Amino acid sequence: MSKVGIIGDKDSVMGFLALGIDIFPAYTAEEIKKKIHQLAERDYAIIYITEEASLKAGESLAKYKDMELPAIIVIPGIGGSLGLGMNEVRESAKRAIGADILFSE
Amino acid sequence: MARLNVNPTRMEMTRLKQQLKTATRGHKLLKDKLDELMKQFLEIVRENKRLREEAEKALENAYKNFIIARAVMSESTLGEALMIPQQAVSVKVTGRNIMSVNVPVFDFQKESGRESTIYPYGFAFTSGELDSAMKSFSDAMEPLLRLAESEKTAQLLAQEIESTRRRVNALENVMIPNYQETIKYIAMKLEENERASTTRLMKVKDMIAKKAIEERRKQDAARFGA
Repeated sequence: MSKVGIIGDKDSVMGFLALGIDIFPAYTAEEIKKKIHQLAERDYAIIYITEEASLKAGESLAKYKDMELPAIIVIPGIGGSLGLGMNEVRESAKRAIGADILFSE
Repeated sequence: MARLNVNPTRMEMTRLKQQLKTATRGHKLLKDKLDELMKQFLEIVRENKRLREEAEKALENAYKNFIIARAVMSESTLGEALMIPQQAVSVKVTGRNIMSVNVPVFDFQKESGRESTIYPYGFAFTSGELDSAMKSFSDAMEPLLRLAESEKTAQLLAQEIESTRRRVNALENVMIPNYQETIKYIAMKLEENERASTTRLMKVKDMIAKKAIEERRKQDAARFGA
């Protein structure tokens, strides 16, 4: 049985606590990167990360993209969507097809 | 295209021809794989996009309600109310195989006894806004979890497609032309050798004939001349 975790600023992640998701408030780039690696090594199958935090995490997310687990999913924070999450979908489409056909309409 | 550095022998040519055959076959298979992967990917990525829109919308709604709840309650009361969750979410991870790409399938289990456990607090000291915030968070849960599965699948497939395409291109544009050119080179070299040996034989034959003629002349001269 694997667990589900969320990384982000406290305001964004707090609401998830009641759902039974483990929350990991983190603010600085260092903290966020460390948390990602920690959770990936432990038994977390899904790690949600707020858009703001994903910006700070930078390259450390790329490593897990090609691995079967964990699934690191970017979600909007409490401040609203920056469009980064949708960008992830666009990126994988671009990577596979070579062109951005999905979102051109 | 560069030709391979091999000895121009018949054996080498047979070996290369075999390799060319394998490479051509591999190229065809990989290309078929790529086509099928692409087909699957397009479906999955469309689904991915739809799920993301759905999840983000649900999440936005949840945040909105949560902000309101936070506004009407003190920070400490809120923290206290949410401190101990009543339910735990765990995922059972199984695998699925799409064109030999292993993708995870998430199966969710909420470990909770009663229906009302999305509210981990007593209702006495909290506001009604928090209740509706929790409700909307709970509603956002399902789309979020399905999004995780779909997005991971899309990412893994994208990676596989990328590397398969690279392999197809390498075979198509480098390996196969190289083999073809090398085989052609060996064939030409062998023909050249054959021609060379033919001319050599003709030359030798000429020399032998010339010698025979001279021999004959000498004999004739000896017999009739003296």
